[in-house]
Amino acid sequence: MSLERTKPLLLPLVVLLVFELWARLAHLQSDSLAPPSAVLAALAAALADLTIPIATRDTLLAAFAGLTIGSVIGLALGIAFGVSSMLDRLMEVTIEAIRPIPSIALLPIALIALGFGYRMEIVIVAFACVWPMLILSRTAVRRVEPRLMEVSRALRLTPVQRIIKIIIPAALPRIFVAFRLSAGIALIVAVTVEIAINPLGLGAGIMQAQQALRADLMLAYLVWIGIIGYGLNFALVVVQRRMFGRAAIAGAGS
Amino acid sequence: MIWRIASFAVAAGFVGLWQLIANLKLISPVFLPGPDRAWAALMRGFATGDLTSKLVGTLEHMAYGWLAASVAGIALGALIGSSRLMRIYIAPSLEFLRPLPVSAIIPVAIAMLGLTQGMALFVIAFGAIWPIMLATIHGFAAVEPRLYEVARALQMSRPAIVFKIALPSALPDILAGMRLSLTVALILSVVCEVLAGLDGLGHWVLLSARAFRSADLFAGVILLGATGYVTSIAMSLAERRLLAWQSTR
Repeated sequence: MSLERTKPLLLPLVVLLVFELWARLAHLQSDSLAPPSAVLAALAAALADLTIPIATRDTLLAAFAGLTIGSVIGLALGIAFGVSSMLDRLMEVTIEAIRPIPSIALLPIALIALGFGYRMEIVIVAFACVWPMLILSRTAVRRVEPRLMEVSRALRLTPVQRIIKIIIPAALPRIFVAFRLSAGIALIVAVTVEIAINPLGLGAGIMQAQQALRADLMLAYLVWIGIIGYGLNFALVVVQRRMFGRAAIAGAGS
Repeated sequence: MIWRIASFAVAAGFVGLWQLIANLKLISPVFLPGPDRAWAALMRGFATGDLTSKLVGTLEHMAYGWLAASVAGIALGALIGSSRLMRIYIAPSLEFLRPLPVSAIIPVAIAMLGLTQGMALFVIAFGAIWPIMLATIHGFAAVEPRLYEVARALQMSRPAIVFKIALPSALPDILAGMRLSLTVALILSVVCEVLAGLDGLGHWVLLSARAFRSADLFAGVILLGATGYVTSIAMSLAERRLLAWQSTR
């Protein structure tokens, strides 16, 4: 069993080892590559002098603020469209016209309207997060067990009560799956905006390292961004399993 | 049909509202041009050919990167997916790399290749390859085992198994992956154009924003939206075509 578990680790370890050896033996001098040991050293140094922790805070702050705003808007619209098929049909053309705009295309608009900083990044992240949330929560609401709706009618719940007491709890596992997806998108969009233009956070940090020709620091940022992305996804998967167990896995499958 | 018309009417209503807000100057025209001005800028851009060449530039980046990613992704995915050994040793590393925000590779690509077309193509292909490759691996792993038994009974060669059995049966997964990468390719094209100043819509919208030509800016954004829409429709049509055999099962 333990041997089975180490097999997937073999390839990355061998690759890193070979690369390290080659870099040492060839006395690698490069603007784009650095031996793994140097990358690790740069990562440790940047973690210790707080440049990476501060950049991480900035990126995550913008990503989560955008994620929160985008999720709330997407969820509200998704529930409204899921409950009322009339509203859904009426808004179809409008939604389908706005949705395909790549979020990053809004960057110049946000730039002239809001300038550099957190606000423009948050707006773009929020725009990107609205769509998966809207589409998936709409499906989630539509798939709520019809008998639950009959119960709510029998209990004469008002529409607001019906949404809060029946629809949201019943659709929650699927909504959480949508949220997990949006969280990944939020991080990607935040880093992308920072790399493209916004002088803030991890994306700006990695661009600066590249422009300073510090290949070790640049790759350290890359590794760190990977760790953050992986950690975020892992944490949300754990929360999902804890909170919803098998229900969430069923929700993810569809 | 009535719903469709009503839905268009609602959308037209929103455009009207946009026009009203712009006309009343509730938001400064520096930031928000009316739909009339955006449309005029769009038409002017096509008439002079400026916008046409930018559109072609973006489409080229997107198409070359995406096609390269599709070919490489399907080939690598088929290679890894059809071998049990590679699935055990390589696939987990790939899954580990998946949540990495792809745009983080841009600085590395700039360091290696400079601010060039090659850099843009590398980044777009690198970003677009993941969904396709992982979908192909998954599709190959999920082939009905009995089909392999049939292949063995028929004494088919390994290439024949890949092309006649595994690829067709993994096709739905592969196409879904290709659709996902289409969006990735468009986004990365825009980002690369912004960063490297390559001829394309990304560069156009950035220049328009810097010069506060908001009508041109909106024209560019509208075109980018249209690009996303049209490519996604084209992909749906291709999917329906290629998967027509599925519905008859």
